[in-house]
Amino acid sequence: MRHLLSAGDLSRAEAVEILDTTSTMAATQSREIKKLPALRGLTVVNLFFEDSTRTRISFEAAAKRLSADVINFSAKGSSVSKGESLKDTALTLAAMGADAVVIRHQASGAPHRLATSGWIRTPVVNAGDGMHQHPTQALLDAFTMRRHLVGGGEGGDGVGEDLTGAKVVIVGDVLHSRVARSNVDLLHTLGAHVTLVAPPTLLPVGVDTWPCAVSYDLDASIADVRPDAIMMLRVQRERMSSAGGGFFPSPMEYSRRYGLDGTRLAALPEHCVVMHPGPMNRGLEISAKAADSPRSTIVEQVANGVAVRMAVLYLLLAGGTPTEGSR
Amino acid sequence: MTSGATSTTVLSENDISRALTRIAHEILERNKGGTDLVLLGIPTRGAPLARRLGERILDAEGRPEAPLAELVGTLDITMHRDDLRRNPTRALEPTRIPPVGLDEKVVVLVDDVLYSGRTIRAALDAISDLGRPRAVQLAVLVDRGHRELPIRADYIGKNLPTSRSERVSVRLTELDGSDSVVLSS
Repeated sequence: MRHLLSAGDLSRAEAVEILDTTSTMAATQSREIKKLPALRGLTVVNLFFEDSTRTRISFEAAAKRLSADVINFSAKGSSVSKGESLKDTALTLAAMGADAVVIRHQASGAPHRLATSGWIRTPVVNAGDGMHQHPTQALLDAFTMRRHLVGGGEGGDGVGEDLTGAKVVIVGDVLHSRVARSNVDLLHTLGAHVTLVAPPTLLPVGVDTWPCAVSYDLDASIADVRPDAIMMLRVQRERMSSAGGGFFPSPMEYSRRYGLDGTRLAALPEHCVVMHPGPMNRGLEISAKAADSPRSTIVEQVANGVAVRMAVLYLLLAGGTPTEGSR
Repeated sequence: MTSGATSTTVLSENDISRALTRIAHEILERNKGGTDLVLLGIPTRGAPLARRLGERILDAEGRPEAPLAELVGTLDITMHRDDLRRNPTRALEPTRIPPVGLDEKVVVLVDDVLYSGRTIRAALDAISDLGRPRAVQLAVLVDRGHRELPIRADYIGKNLPTSRSERVSVRLTELDGSDSVVLSS
Protein backbone atom coordinates (compact mmCIF):
# COMPACT_ATOMS: atom_id res chain seq x y z
CA MET A 1 0.00 0.00 0.00
CA ARG A 2 1.63 3.22 -1.18
CA HIS A 3 -1.32 5.63 -0.98
CA LEU A 4 -4.81 5.48 0.46
CA LEU A 5 -7.05 6.96 -2.22
CA SER A 6 -10.17 4.82 -2.26
CA ALA A 7 -11.71 2.24 0.03
CA GLY A 8 -12.34 0.22 -3.12
CA ASP A 9 -8.58 -0.19 -3.70
CA LEU A 10 -8.11 -2.19 -0.51
CA SER A 11 -7.98 -5.97 -0.59
CA ARG A 12 -9.55 -7.93 2.24
CA ALA A 13 -6.09 -8.67 3.68
CA GLU A 14 -5.02 -5.01 3.54
CA ALA A 15 -8.25 -3.86 5.14
CA VAL A 16 -7.97 -6.40 7.96
CA GLU A 17 -4.32 -5.38 8.48
CA ILE A 18 -5.37 -1.74 8.88
CA LEU A 19 -8.16 -2.70 11.30
CA ASP A 20 -5.77 -4.86 13.36
CA THR A 21 -3.20 -2.06 13.48
CA THR A 22 -6.02 0.27 14.51
CA SER A 23 -6.80 -2.04 17.39
CA THR A 24 -3.21 -1.73 18.67
CA MET A 25 -3.27 2.04 18.19
CA ALA A 26 -6.60 2.33 20.00
CA ALA A 27 -5.14 0.44 22.96
CA THR A 28 -2.33 2.99 23.28
CA GLN A 29 -4.83 5.84 23.41
CA SER A 30 -6.15 4.85 26.83
CA ARG A 31 -2.67 5.23 28.35
CA GLU A 32 -1.46 8.17 30.33
CA ILE A 33 1.25 8.83 27.72
CA LYS A 34 -0.47 8.58 24.35
CA LYS A 35 2.43 9.66 22.20
CA LEU A 36 4.41 7.05 20.27
CA PRO A 37 7.76 7.68 18.57
CA ALA A 38 7.05 5.83 15.31
CA LEU A 39 7.00 8.82 12.92
CA ARG A 40 9.52 11.02 14.70
CA GLY A 41 11.18 13.48 12.32
CA LEU A 42 8.56 13.11 9.58
CA THR A 43 6.28 15.89 8.41
CA VAL A 44 2.62 15.33 7.54
CA VAL A 45 0.86 18.07 5.60
CA ASN A 46 -2.90 18.45 5.97
CA LEU A 47 -3.92 20.00 2.66
CA PHE A 48 -7.55 21.02 3.06
CA PHE A 49 -9.21 22.72 0.11
CA GLU A 50 -12.60 22.25 1.77
CA ASP A 51 -13.45 23.13 5.35
CA SER A 52 -13.62 20.13 7.62
CA THR A 53 -12.59 20.82 11.16
CA ARG A 54 -13.45 17.36 12.44
CA THR A 55 -11.50 15.39 9.86
CA ARG A 56 -8.56 17.78 10.00
CA ILE A 57 -8.16 17.69 13.76
CA SER A 58 -8.57 13.91 13.69
CA PHE A 59 -5.69 13.58 11.21
CA GLU A 60 -3.72 16.19 13.13
CA ALA A 61 -4.19 14.33 16.43
CA ALA A 62 -3.25 11.03 14.74
CA ALA A 63 -0.03 12.42 13.25
CA LYS A 64 0.95 14.13 16.50
CA ARG A 65 0.31 11.01 18.60
CA LEU A 66 2.85 9.29 16.35
CA SER A 67 5.34 12.14 16.90
CA ALA A 68 5.16 13.49 13.33
CA ASP A 69 5.24 17.22 12.73
CA VAL A 70 2.03 18.58 11.24
CA ILE A 71 1.59 21.48 8.85
CA ASN A 72 -1.99 22.57 8.28
CA PHE A 73 -2.62 24.12 4.91
CA SER A 74 -6.13 25.31 4.26
CA ALA A 75 -7.23 26.85 1.01
CA LYS A 76 -8.91 29.80 2.68
CA GLY A 77 -6.52 32.70 3.09
CA SER A 78 -3.71 30.83 1.35
CA SER A 79 -2.04 31.03 -2.03
CA VAL A 80 -4.83 28.82 -3.39
CA SER A 81 -7.33 31.65 -2.95
CA LYS A 82 -4.94 33.73 -5.06
CA GLY A 83 -5.32 31.24 -7.89
CA GLU A 84 -2.49 28.77 -7.34
CA SER A 85 -3.03 25.44 -9.07
CA LEU A 86 -2.98 22.06 -7.34
CA LYS A 87 0.27 21.32 -9.16
CA ASP A 88 2.06 24.40 -7.85
CA THR A 89 0.76 23.78 -4.34
CA ALA A 90 2.06 20.21 -4.55
CA LEU A 91 5.48 21.34 -5.81
CA THR A 92 5.68 23.83 -2.95
CA LEU A 93 4.88 21.17 -0.38
CA ALA A 94 7.43 18.79 -1.93
CA ALA A 95 10.07 21.51 -1.80
CA MET A 96 9.31 22.08 1.88
CA GLY A 97 10.02 18.42 2.60
CA ALA A 98 6.60 16.95 3.28
CA ASP A 99 6.72 13.20 3.97
CA ALA A 100 3.00 12.59 3.51
CA VAL A 101 0.07 14.62 2.25
CA VAL A 102 -3.45 14.29 3.60
CA ILE A 103 -5.77 15.93 1.12
CA ARG A 104 -9.42 17.00 1.29
CA HIS A 105 -10.70 18.47 -1.97
CA GLN A 106 -14.10 19.44 -3.34
CA ALA A 107 -13.26 17.86 -6.70
CA SER A 108 -13.59 14.08 -7.04
CA GLY A 109 -10.27 12.61 -8.14
CA ALA A 110 -7.98 15.37 -6.85
CA PRO A 111 -6.13 12.98 -4.46
CA HIS A 112 -5.64 10.52 -7.32
CA ARG A 113 -4.24 13.27 -9.50
CA LEU A 114 -1.87 14.34 -6.73
CA ALA A 115 -0.69 10.77 -6.14
CA THR A 116 -0.14 9.76 -9.75
CA SER A 117 0.98 12.96 -11.45
CA GLY A 118 4.60 12.73 -10.33
CA TRP A 119 4.44 16.22 -8.77
CA ILE A 120 5.12 14.79 -5.38
CA ARG A 121 6.63 11.45 -4.37
CA THR A 122 5.17 11.08 -0.88
CA PRO A 123 2.25 8.89 0.17
CA VAL A 124 -1.11 10.60 -0.35
CA VAL A 125 -4.09 9.99 1.94
CA ASN A 126 -7.54 10.89 0.70
CA ALA A 127 -9.44 12.71 3.44
CA GLY A 128 -12.53 13.10 1.27
CA ASP A 129 -12.81 14.16 -2.38
CA GLY A 130 -15.99 15.57 -3.87
CA MET A 131 -18.77 13.02 -4.02
CA HIS A 132 -16.27 10.23 -4.50
CA GLN A 133 -14.46 8.66 -1.53
CA HIS A 134 -13.62 9.09 2.15
CA PRO A 135 -11.69 5.90 2.91
CA THR A 136 -10.61 6.62 6.49
CA GLN A 137 -14.26 7.21 7.44
CA ALA A 138 -15.19 3.82 6.00
CA LEU A 139 -12.30 2.20 7.86
CA LEU A 140 -13.29 3.73 11.19
CA ASP A 141 -16.90 2.66 10.63
CA ALA A 142 -15.75 -0.89 9.83
CA PHE A 143 -13.52 -0.89 12.90
CA THR A 144 -16.40 0.25 15.10
CA MET A 145 -18.69 -2.42 13.64
CA ARG A 146 -16.07 -5.13 14.04
CA ARG A 147 -15.49 -4.18 17.67
CA HIS A 148 -19.20 -4.40 18.49
CA LEU A 149 -20.40 -7.18 16.21
CA VAL A 150 -17.39 -9.52 16.11
CA GLY A 151 -15.24 -8.61 19.09
CA GLY A 152 -18.09 -8.34 21.59
CA GLY A 153 -17.67 -4.68 22.56
CA GLU A 154 -14.83 -3.31 24.67
CA GLY A 155 -11.81 -5.50 25.10
CA GLY A 156 -11.97 -7.85 22.14
CA ASP A 157 -11.66 -6.11 18.79
CA GLY A 158 -12.14 -9.17 16.60
CA VAL A 159 -8.49 -9.03 15.55
CA GLY A 160 -7.84 -10.92 12.33
CA GLU A 161 -11.56 -11.16 11.52
CA ASP A 162 -13.59 -9.48 8.79
CA LEU A 163 -17.32 -8.64 8.82
CA THR A 164 -18.62 -11.72 7.01
CA GLY A 165 -22.38 -11.98 7.33
CA ALA A 166 -22.91 -8.64 9.11
CA LYS A 167 -25.99 -6.79 7.87
CA VAL A 168 -25.63 -3.03 7.55
CA VAL A 169 -28.30 -0.52 6.59
CA ILE A 170 -27.12 2.91 5.41
CA VAL A 171 -29.83 5.57 5.33
CA GLY A 172 -29.90 9.03 3.82
CA ASP A 173 -28.42 11.21 1.14
CA VAL A 174 -26.46 8.55 -0.75
CA LEU A 175 -26.26 10.75 -3.86
CA HIS A 176 -24.00 13.38 -2.28
CA SER A 177 -22.27 11.05 0.16
CA ARG A 178 -18.68 9.91 -0.25
CA VAL A 179 -19.12 8.18 3.11
CA ALA A 180 -21.80 5.91 1.64
CA ARG A 181 -19.68 5.08 -1.43
CA SER A 182 -16.60 4.28 0.65
CA ASN A 183 -18.61 2.22 3.11
CA VAL A 184 -20.29 0.16 0.39
CA ASP A 185 -16.88 -0.62 -1.16
CA LEU A 186 -15.15 -1.53 2.08
CA LEU A 187 -18.03 -3.39 3.73
CA HIS A 188 -18.46 -5.46 0.56
CA THR A 189 -14.73 -6.30 0.60
CA LEU A 190 -15.04 -7.34 4.24
CA GLY A 191 -17.98 -9.63 3.50
CA ALA A 192 -20.86 -7.60 4.97
CA HIS A 193 -24.27 -7.18 3.33
CA VAL A 194 -25.16 -3.55 2.76
CA THR A 195 -28.62 -2.13 2.13
CA LEU A 196 -28.87 1.50 1.07
CA VAL A 197 -32.12 3.23 2.02
CA ALA A 198 -32.92 6.62 0.48
CA PRO A 199 -35.59 8.49 -1.40
CA PRO A 200 -35.22 7.88 -5.16
CA THR A 201 -34.09 11.46 -5.72
CA LEU A 202 -31.13 11.00 -3.36
CA LEU A 203 -29.75 7.88 -5.04
CA PRO A 204 -27.12 8.24 -7.76
CA VAL A 205 -27.55 6.96 -11.29
CA GLY A 206 -26.02 3.49 -11.56
CA VAL A 207 -26.54 2.57 -7.90
CA ASP A 208 -27.98 -0.75 -9.12
CA THR A 209 -24.45 -1.76 -10.20
CA TRP A 210 -23.04 -1.25 -6.69
CA PRO A 211 -22.42 -4.38 -4.62
CA CYS A 212 -25.40 -3.72 -2.30
CA ALA A 213 -29.18 -3.79 -2.07
CA VAL A 214 -31.26 -0.62 -2.46
CA SER A 215 -34.58 0.27 -0.87
CA TYR A 216 -36.83 3.33 -0.67
CA ASP A 217 -38.59 2.24 2.51
CA LEU A 218 -36.82 2.46 5.88
CA ASP A 219 -39.49 0.69 7.97
CA ALA A 220 -39.65 -2.26 5.57
CA SER A 221 -35.84 -2.48 5.52
CA ILE A 222 -35.58 -2.55 9.30
CA ALA A 223 -38.21 -5.31 9.41
CA ASP A 224 -36.80 -7.36 6.51
CA VAL A 225 -33.04 -6.97 6.91
CA ARG A 226 -32.90 -7.06 10.73
CA PRO A 227 -29.66 -5.02 10.59
CA ASP A 228 -26.66 -5.49 12.90
CA ALA A 229 -25.71 -1.86 12.33
CA ILE A 230 -27.64 1.11 11.03
CA MET A 231 -25.81 4.16 9.74
CA MET A 232 -27.62 7.47 9.38
CA LEU A 233 -26.06 9.84 6.85
CA ARG A 234 -26.08 13.57 7.30
CA VAL A 235 -28.76 15.35 5.28
CA GLN A 236 -28.25 18.99 4.42
CA ARG A 237 -31.31 21.12 4.98
CA GLU A 238 -30.43 23.18 1.89
CA ARG A 239 -31.14 20.19 -0.31
CA MET A 240 -34.78 20.21 0.82
CA SER A 241 -35.65 23.52 -0.75
CA SER A 242 -36.19 24.03 -4.46
CA ALA A 243 -33.22 26.42 -4.48
CA GLY A 244 -30.98 23.65 -3.18
CA GLY A 245 -31.97 21.22 -5.91
CA GLY A 246 -35.41 20.21 -4.67
CA PHE A 247 -34.39 16.69 -3.71
CA PHE A 248 -37.13 16.42 -1.11
CA PRO A 249 -40.26 18.46 -0.34
CA SER A 250 -39.47 19.37 3.27
CA PRO A 251 -37.23 18.48 6.21
CA MET A 252 -40.30 17.37 8.17
CA GLU A 253 -41.32 14.89 5.50
CA TYR A 254 -37.78 13.55 5.28
CA SER A 255 -37.63 13.11 9.02
CA ARG A 256 -40.98 11.25 9.07
CA ARG A 257 -39.99 8.79 6.36
CA TYR A 258 -36.22 8.43 6.79
CA GLY A 259 -35.32 9.74 10.24
CA LEU A 260 -34.30 7.38 13.04
CA ASP A 261 -36.89 8.20 15.70
CA GLY A 262 -37.85 6.41 18.91
CA THR A 263 -40.28 4.02 17.20
CA ARG A 264 -37.77 2.88 14.61
CA LEU A 265 -35.08 2.65 17.28
CA ALA A 266 -37.33 0.27 19.23
CA ALA A 267 -37.97 -1.79 16.08
CA LEU A 268 -34.25 -2.47 15.56
CA PRO A 269 -32.81 -5.77 16.78
CA GLU A 270 -31.51 -5.68 20.36
CA HIS A 271 -27.82 -5.80 19.38
CA CYS A 272 -27.99 -3.33 16.47
CA VAL A 273 -25.64 -0.38 16.84
CA VAL A 274 -26.59 3.13 15.71
CA MET A 275 -23.91 4.97 13.75
CA HIS A 276 -23.51 8.42 12.25
CA PRO A 277 -20.42 9.93 10.61
CA GLY A 278 -21.17 13.35 12.09
CA PRO A 279 -21.88 16.16 12.26
CA MET A 280 -25.47 15.28 13.17
CA ASN A 281 -28.67 17.18 12.51
CA ARG A 282 -30.58 16.19 15.61
CA GLY A 283 -34.27 15.98 14.83
CA LEU A 284 -33.72 15.61 11.09
CA GLU A 285 -32.04 12.32 10.16
CA ILE A 286 -31.61 11.17 13.76
CA SER A 287 -33.63 11.92 16.89
CA ALA A 288 -31.90 12.97 20.11
CA LYS A 289 -33.21 9.76 21.69
CA ALA A 290 -31.44 7.61 19.11
CA ALA A 291 -28.27 9.71 19.12
CA ASP A 292 -27.94 9.54 22.90
CA SER A 293 -29.05 5.93 23.35
CA PRO A 294 -26.56 3.41 24.74
CA ARG A 295 -26.56 1.69 21.35
CA SER A 296 -25.21 4.78 19.67
CA THR A 297 -21.53 4.51 18.75
CA ILE A 298 -21.33 8.07 17.46
CA VAL A 299 -18.86 9.39 20.04
CA GLU A 300 -16.84 6.17 19.90
CA GLN A 301 -16.57 6.59 16.13
CA VAL A 302 -14.76 9.88 16.68
CA ALA A 303 -12.23 8.23 19.03
CA ASN A 304 -11.81 5.32 16.61
CA GLY A 305 -11.23 7.85 13.83
CA VAL A 306 -7.99 8.99 15.46
CA ALA A 307 -6.83 5.38 15.91
CA VAL A 308 -7.67 4.47 12.30
CA ARG A 309 -5.77 7.48 10.98
CA MET A 310 -2.80 6.59 13.20
CA ALA A 311 -2.85 3.10 11.70
CA VAL A 312 -3.02 4.42 8.14
CA LEU A 313 -0.19 6.91 8.67
CA TYR A 314 1.88 4.25 10.43
CA LEU A 315 1.42 1.69 7.66
CA LEU A 316 2.13 4.23 4.90
CA LEU A 317 5.05 5.99 6.55
CA ALA A 318 6.81 3.95 9.21
CA GLY A 319 8.58 1.51 6.94
CA GLY A 320 11.26 2.71 4.58
CA THR A 321 11.01 1.95 0.87
CA PRO A 322 13.89 1.99 -1.62
CA THR A 323 12.62 5.16 -3.29
CA GLU A 324 12.61 6.98 0.02
CA GLY A 325 16.01 5.66 1.08
CA SER A 326 17.71 8.97 0.36
CA ARG A 327 15.72 10.74 3.06
CA MET B 1 14.49 -22.61 9.28
CA THR B 2 17.32 -25.06 10.02
CA SER B 3 18.58 -25.02 6.45
CA GLY B 4 22.18 -23.99 6.11
CA ALA B 5 25.55 -25.58 5.55
CA THR B 6 25.74 -26.87 9.09
CA SER B 7 23.22 -26.65 11.86
CA THR B 8 23.61 -27.82 15.42
CA THR B 9 20.91 -28.17 18.00
CA VAL B 10 22.35 -26.33 20.99
CA LEU B 11 19.32 -26.62 23.27
CA SER B 12 16.84 -29.50 23.23
CA GLU B 13 13.30 -29.44 24.58
CA ASN B 14 14.53 -30.70 27.97
CA ASP B 15 17.39 -28.17 28.04
CA ILE B 16 14.94 -25.31 27.42
CA SER B 17 12.61 -26.60 30.11
CA ARG B 18 15.44 -26.88 32.67
CA ALA B 19 16.79 -23.44 31.76
CA LEU B 20 13.39 -21.83 32.23
CA THR B 21 12.85 -23.59 35.57
CA ARG B 22 16.25 -22.37 36.76
CA ILE B 23 15.55 -18.80 35.58
CA ALA B 24 12.16 -18.81 37.33
CA HIS B 25 13.88 -19.76 40.59
CA GLU B 26 16.63 -17.19 40.06
CA ILE B 27 14.00 -14.48 39.54
CA LEU B 28 12.27 -15.46 42.79
CA GLU B 29 15.57 -15.66 44.65
CA ARG B 30 16.86 -12.32 43.44
CA ASN B 31 13.58 -10.52 44.17
CA LYS B 32 12.84 -12.38 47.43
CA GLY B 33 9.55 -13.81 46.18
CA GLY B 34 7.00 -13.10 43.52
CA THR B 35 5.20 -10.10 44.97
CA ASP B 36 5.42 -6.96 42.85
CA LEU B 37 6.75 -8.96 39.89
CA VAL B 38 5.55 -8.34 36.33
CA LEU B 39 6.89 -10.43 33.44
CA LEU B 40 6.70 -8.78 30.03
CA GLY B 41 7.42 -10.94 26.99
CA ILE B 42 8.61 -9.23 23.83
CA PRO B 43 6.68 -10.60 20.79
CA THR B 44 6.90 -12.84 19.11
CA ARG B 45 8.91 -15.49 20.95
CA GLY B 46 9.39 -13.63 24.20
CA ALA B 47 5.64 -13.80 24.81
CA PRO B 48 5.31 -17.60 25.20
CA LEU B 49 8.59 -17.68 27.14
CA ALA B 50 7.21 -15.13 29.60
CA ARG B 51 4.06 -17.23 30.03
CA ARG B 52 6.13 -20.34 30.74
CA LEU B 53 8.26 -18.48 33.26
CA GLY B 54 5.09 -17.11 34.85
CA GLU B 55 3.63 -20.60 35.24
CA ARG B 56 6.84 -21.84 36.84
CA ILE B 57 6.97 -18.89 39.22
CA LEU B 58 3.36 -19.47 40.33
CA ASP B 59 4.13 -23.18 40.78
CA ALA B 60 7.24 -22.47 42.82
CA GLU B 61 5.29 -20.03 44.97
CA GLY B 62 2.66 -22.70 45.60
CA ARG B 63 -0.21 -20.82 43.96
CA PRO B 64 -0.61 -22.49 40.55
CA GLU B 65 -4.28 -21.43 40.41
CA ALA B 66 -3.49 -17.70 40.48
CA PRO B 67 -4.42 -15.91 37.23
CA LEU B 68 -1.40 -15.74 34.93
CA ALA B 69 -2.65 -12.50 33.34
CA GLU B 70 -1.95 -10.64 36.60
CA LEU B 71 1.72 -11.64 36.46
CA VAL B 72 2.51 -11.88 32.74
CA GLY B 73 1.98 -9.47 29.86
CA THR B 74 3.40 -8.69 26.45
CA LEU B 75 5.21 -5.57 25.29
CA ASP B 76 5.34 -4.67 21.62
CA ILE B 77 8.37 -2.52 20.90
CA THR B 78 7.95 -2.10 17.13
CA MET B 79 7.19 1.61 17.23
CA HIS B 80 10.21 2.26 19.45
CA ARG B 81 12.75 0.51 17.20
CA ASP B 82 15.65 2.56 15.89
CA ASP B 83 15.65 0.69 12.57
CA LEU B 84 11.94 1.22 11.87
CA ARG B 85 12.59 3.22 8.75
CA ARG B 86 15.29 0.90 7.39
CA ASN B 87 12.87 -1.97 6.94
CA PRO B 88 9.50 -2.48 5.31
CA THR B 89 6.59 -1.62 7.59
CA ARG B 90 6.28 -4.15 10.39
CA ALA B 91 2.96 -5.40 11.64
CA LEU B 92 2.22 -4.38 15.22
CA GLU B 93 1.79 -6.95 17.96
CA PRO B 94 -0.51 -6.42 20.93
CA THR B 95 0.80 -4.93 24.17
CA ARG B 96 -0.95 -6.37 27.22
CA ILE B 97 -0.01 -4.96 30.57
CA PRO B 98 -1.34 -6.68 33.73
CA PRO B 99 -4.18 -4.63 35.23
CA VAL B 100 -2.04 -3.57 38.21
CA GLY B 101 0.16 -1.52 35.90
CA LEU B 102 3.93 -1.11 36.07
CA ASP B 103 4.36 1.63 38.66
CA GLU B 104 6.63 0.52 41.54
CA LYS B 105 6.74 -3.04 40.17
CA VAL B 106 9.80 -5.10 39.32
CA VAL B 107 9.49 -5.66 35.59
CA VAL B 108 11.29 -8.64 34.08
CA LEU B 109 11.63 -8.30 30.32
CA VAL B 110 11.66 -11.68 28.58
CA ASP B 111 13.07 -12.29 25.10
CA ASP B 112 14.40 -15.31 23.21
CA VAL B 113 17.80 -14.09 21.96
CA LEU B 114 19.95 -11.24 23.22
CA TYR B 115 22.17 -9.97 20.40
CA SER B 116 22.82 -6.28 19.64
CA GLY B 117 20.76 -5.08 22.62
CA ARG B 118 18.77 -2.69 20.44
CA THR B 119 15.49 -4.50 21.04
CA ILE B 120 15.99 -4.12 24.77
CA ARG B 121 16.79 -0.42 24.41
CA ALA B 122 13.51 -0.02 22.51
CA ALA B 123 11.72 -2.01 25.23
CA LEU B 124 13.11 0.28 27.93
CA ASP B 125 11.72 3.26 26.02
CA ALA B 126 8.36 1.54 25.61
CA ILE B 127 8.24 0.81 29.36
CA SER B 128 8.89 4.42 30.28
CA ASP B 129 5.75 5.38 28.33
CA LEU B 130 3.70 2.91 30.35
CA GLY B 131 4.79 3.68 33.88
CA ARG B 132 7.72 3.88 36.26
CA PRO B 133 8.78 0.44 37.51
CA ARG B 134 10.91 0.17 40.65
CA ALA B 135 13.41 -1.88 38.66
CA VAL B 136 13.69 -3.49 35.24
CA GLN B 137 15.49 -6.81 34.80
CA LEU B 138 16.15 -8.87 31.70
CA ALA B 139 15.73 -12.61 31.15
CA VAL B 140 16.79 -14.23 27.86
CA LEU B 141 16.88 -17.83 26.69
CA VAL B 142 20.08 -17.34 24.68
CA ASP B 143 22.78 -14.68 24.92
CA ARG B 144 24.77 -14.81 21.71
CA GLY B 145 27.04 -11.80 22.35
CA HIS B 146 27.94 -8.99 19.92
CA ARG B 147 26.35 -6.21 21.96
CA GLU B 148 26.13 -2.78 20.34
CA LEU B 149 24.80 -1.03 23.44
CA PRO B 150 25.70 -1.13 27.14
CA ILE B 151 23.03 -3.69 28.03
CA ARG B 152 23.35 -7.04 29.82
CA ALA B 153 20.95 -9.76 30.88
CA ASP B 154 20.19 -10.60 34.52
CA TYR B 155 19.02 -14.15 33.78
CA ILE B 156 20.46 -16.21 30.92
CA GLY B 157 19.34 -19.64 29.73
CA LYS B 158 22.53 -20.30 27.80
CA ASN B 159 25.57 -18.26 26.84
CA LEU B 160 26.24 -19.11 23.23
CA PRO B 161 29.45 -17.80 21.66
CA THR B 162 28.64 -17.13 18.01
CA SER B 163 30.09 -15.36 15.03
CA ARG B 164 28.02 -12.65 13.36
CA SER B 165 27.55 -14.81 10.27
CA GLU B 166 25.86 -17.55 12.26
CA ARG B 167 22.13 -17.72 12.84
CA VAL B 168 20.37 -18.63 16.05
CA SER B 169 16.85 -19.99 15.57
CA VAL B 170 14.63 -20.41 18.59
CA ARG B 171 11.65 -22.67 18.00
CA LEU B 172 8.86 -22.88 20.54
CA THR B 173 5.96 -25.32 20.67
CA GLU B 174 3.35 -22.54 20.90
CA LEU B 175 4.43 -21.02 17.58
CA ASP B 176 6.56 -23.60 15.75
CA GLY B 177 5.26 -26.95 16.94
CA SER B 178 8.35 -28.03 18.88
CA ASP B 179 11.00 -26.70 21.26
CA SER B 180 14.62 -26.28 20.17
CA VAL B 181 17.43 -23.78 19.73
CA VAL B 182 19.43 -24.33 16.56
CA LEU B 183 22.71 -22.69 15.56
CA SER B 184 23.32 -22.65 11.82
CA SER B 185 26.05 -21.18 9.69
